[in-house]
Amino acid sequence: MTAGRDEILGAIRRSLGRSGPVDDSRAAELRARMAKPARNLIPARADLPPSEVIDLFRSQAEGVFATVDRVADMSEVPQVLTEYLKRENLPSQVVMAPDPSLDQAPWDNQPLLEIRRCLPVESDMVSVTSAPAAIAETGTLAMFSGADHPSTLNFLPETHVVVLPVNRIGKNYEDVWDLIRQRIADGEGDLNDLMPRTVNLITGPSRSGDIEQTLLLGAHGPRRLHIILVDSDDAA
Amino acid sequence: MANPRVALFVTCLVDLFRPSVGFATVKLLEDAGCAVEVPRQQTCCGQPAYNSGDKADTKAIARQVIEAFEGYDYTVAPSGSCAGMISKHYPALFADDPEWAERAQKLAERTHELVSFLTDVMGVEAVASQFDGAVTYHDSCSGLRELSIHDQPRRLLGSVEGLHLRELPDANVCCGFGGTFCVKYADISDRMVETKITQVIETGADTLLAGDLGCLMNMAGKLQREGAGIQVRHVAEVLAGMTDKPAIGEPSKD
Amino acid sequence: MSGSTTSQFKENAVRQLADVDLRQALTKSKGHFTGGRQNAMDKLPEFDALRDQARDLKDHVLENLDFYLETYEQNVIASGGQVHWARTAKDAQDIVLDICRSVDATSVNKGKSMIGEECDINEALEANGIRAVETDLGEYIIQIRNERPSHIIAPAVHLTKAQVETSFRETHTHLDPDRILEEPPTLLEEARTVLRKKYFEAEVGITGANFLVAETGSSIIVTNEGNGDLSQLLPKVHIVLASIEKVVPTLEDASTFLRVLARSATGQDFSVYTTVSTGPRRSTDPDGPEQYHVILLDNGRTGMLGTEFHEMLRCIRCGACMNHCPVYQSVGGHAYGWVYPGPMGAVLSPSLLGVDEAGHLPNASTFCGRCEEVCPVRIPLPKLMRHWREREFERHLTPRAARTGIRLWAFFAQRPGLYQMATGLQMRLMGWMGRRKGRFSSVPLAKGWTKYRDLPAPEGKTFQQQWAGRK
Repeated sequence: MTAGRDEILGAIRRSLGRSGPVDDSRAAELRARMAKPARNLIPARADLPPSEVIDLFRSQAEGVFATVDRVADMSEVPQVLTEYLKRENLPSQVVMAPDPSLDQAPWDNQPLLEIRRCLPVESDMVSVTSAPAAIAETGTLAMFSGADHPSTLNFLPETHVVVLPVNRIGKNYEDVWDLIRQRIADGEGDLNDLMPRTVNLITGPSRSGDIEQTLLLGAHGPRRLHIILVDSDDAA
Repeated sequence: MANPRVALFVTCLVDLFRPSVGFATVKLLEDAGCAVEVPRQQTCCGQPAYNSGDKADTKAIARQVIEAFEGYDYTVAPSGSCAGMISKHYPALFADDPEWAERAQKLAERTHELVSFLTDVMGVEAVASQFDGAVTYHDSCSGLRELSIHDQPRRLLGSVEGLHLRELPDANVCCGFGGTFCVKYADISDRMVETKITQVIETGADTLLAGDLGCLMNMAGKLQREGAGIQVRHVAEVLAGMTDKPAIGEPSKD
Repeated sequence: MSGSTTSQFKENAVRQLADVDLRQALTKSKGHFTGGRQNAMDKLPEFDALRDQARDLKDHVLENLDFYLETYEQNVIASGGQVHWARTAKDAQDIVLDICRSVDATSVNKGKSMIGEECDINEALEANGIRAVETDLGEYIIQIRNERPSHIIAPAVHLTKAQVETSFRETHTHLDPDRILEEPPTLLEEARTVLRKKYFEAEVGITGANFLVAETGSSIIVTNEGNGDLSQLLPKVHIVLASIEKVVPTLEDASTFLRVLARSATGQDFSVYTTVSTGPRRSTDPDGPEQYHVILLDNGRTGMLGTEFHEMLRCIRCGACMNHCPVYQSVGGHAYGWVYPGPMGAVLSPSLLGVDEAGHLPNASTFCGRCEEVCPVRIPLPKLMRHWREREFERHLTPRAARTGIRLWAFFAQRPGLYQMATGLQMRLMGWMGRRKGRFSSVPLAKGWTKYRDLPAPEGKTFQQQWAGRK
């Protein structure tokens, strides 16, 4: 379909009154604009001291029907998870991301928890992942695909539990883009100069308003999104 | 400007159907200290042609209006729609004709809708009139969205003795008039005006006011067809205290 | 459901106006969208400034569209994906079919895509023996009803829950007739169960794109249900259908649009799932598609660039214009007869279908201006509709009676003396005829008016006559 390509590009140029591509100086300007992406206007909403950024994240996430627990450090996470599952009448079998940052929690002290660390299958009811970043502005979690985080964990099970150290909560979406660029520059993981294959920005559990605009949770993705905020990501 | 010379753009609908709105306008302007004149060479602002895509006729009519209304301190119309046509659309019509574009621009800058002219230009804060009853007010689209007329009529109505304003839900939603639209797409227009008058009736007001005669005739015609018993008047009539004539579409008392 | 009935807009509208279910459904949805948007706006003081910036960014992209598309293409290829250029809807169909055949696909899952609708992709797949399953709840409902979406973000907004139940009972033959299905949660449950199975069966997943990011070669989709994500993560092949004007320079630029998109559309601050996809899965990724294809569609858009309809290409498909349009809210989306209803459709459809087919749409507006008022990228929709009317008038496509009427009226309007004499006589006659009742319930030459409303009688003497007398 190179014919289609040339025809479309040619038609664009003709319509814009140009006989060929943008001239070299323009092209250099546009390339520079992309090489160092400037931030556009960012709402001041999340312009807050660190502790209030965390509070904003929490209130925004709860505003879109996520539920939130907060613990002092990773050592408390397994117990809080067990209690959450019990409270919600959920099974104690969970499928967990093979994410090393989750290894710091003492999962063994909850003998009833059955943990598989792999891809989810259709019958999995609960997934547990971490999130590399979060955005206070709208209570949004950011997930990057990779060996330690299959993206299907974010969508397939009915309940998604996210363990989130509070120092990963940024203010705005732009903070996430910077984090990704930093990881690419650091040669982290398998990025090879590329974005992670899938970046999921997740703001609350799945919902639909397609039947008479009635708000329903759990359309295709998770019905429940539970966030465990961890004040210190060191294991105690 | 203490006593500005104001040219009244009476609008075709007021001229033909409801001259009393024109006289109410004159009274309000004179009370505010204006010397009012009515240029003879006026018919219509050209919107019917403009909105039908007939650009050549629109420009011819616009040139006629510009010529007739040059030389006054202000041009004032008892209609947001016609005032908006002159002040927002005339200059764009002559984008490719610098001489006329400049003349259009000059007229545009001096052209105002009546109520906003009284409040924003002449500094009128109250009127000395009386009207006993509960009224509701519909914001005609052009005045609201092209000229930002919203608070001004409410402010002046608030100064009318005996008048009680009941806000109309969705007052900013079109009544379905739309010039030739109401005839070309009569079925759709009917649904829109039906929705509108249902909300008007629900306010419990006994009088409906607005600032554009087209919308008023549309809503009055529908209210009367449905036998709603609500009187419909141009806001200028109430502000000028000239409500002795029958309301729009009502028979003479004699 | 394919083809267009746009030329029959008037007949469609009359039919839709008589549909009581539609009226009930639209009444329910209207306040939800308009109130939601207002609420989101009230919470964000920067909203209007963001709209200005979003407008300017789109203008920047359109000025340099070829450059950004080429850059985007290079970056897709660098991330292991493939880019296909489709001049027409037919080209897009052929490309989709070729990709499907290359993996022997028998089943395709679709996330909601208006480009998919525009190109009738489902029909093309079905005609070639490939099952197409719409996975967005609204799209699924209309697919089983064999309808077009009536709204670009809420495809089934025209239906009541009772109608949805009826459709489910007709198609889901496994359903126990005693099972209570009348409330939305049970309907969703049923759809979720049925669609869950289908996710695992498809070889190909097709999604649209809200934005394409030139900087990274990524496509972005914005959804609430998560269906678009499952549709692209589970099958072997992910195809992105996008029109050329969807490209934006950087992730930062995309962020600006994302900040106005959901707020304008549903009143959410942010949609539930914003997904940035770049190429196929990497060697160490445990999941994700093995192939990633992007189809860039023109289908008439390059013909709008640089014309008086250029600004329409800023549209980000939020649906705010139709949510706030009193005409759309009266007749519903199906009256418009094709993929794009409401004010944005009234400008876009004549460009894509031809003004001969879609000429009614830009005329069916009161120019109330509410669409322009709420547009997140400030498209002057009434002005663009008026441009279509001008083109129709120039090409003598305006109905003859209307054209003659306007020209005759304009003749008088340009001759004030004659006009005043003629109208003076006419108003006196009409005033005299209407003096008893104050109005007319039937006027032979104004039947369009008096079919539904009375016509107020003129007072008698015109203002000009009385003013001349006063002096």
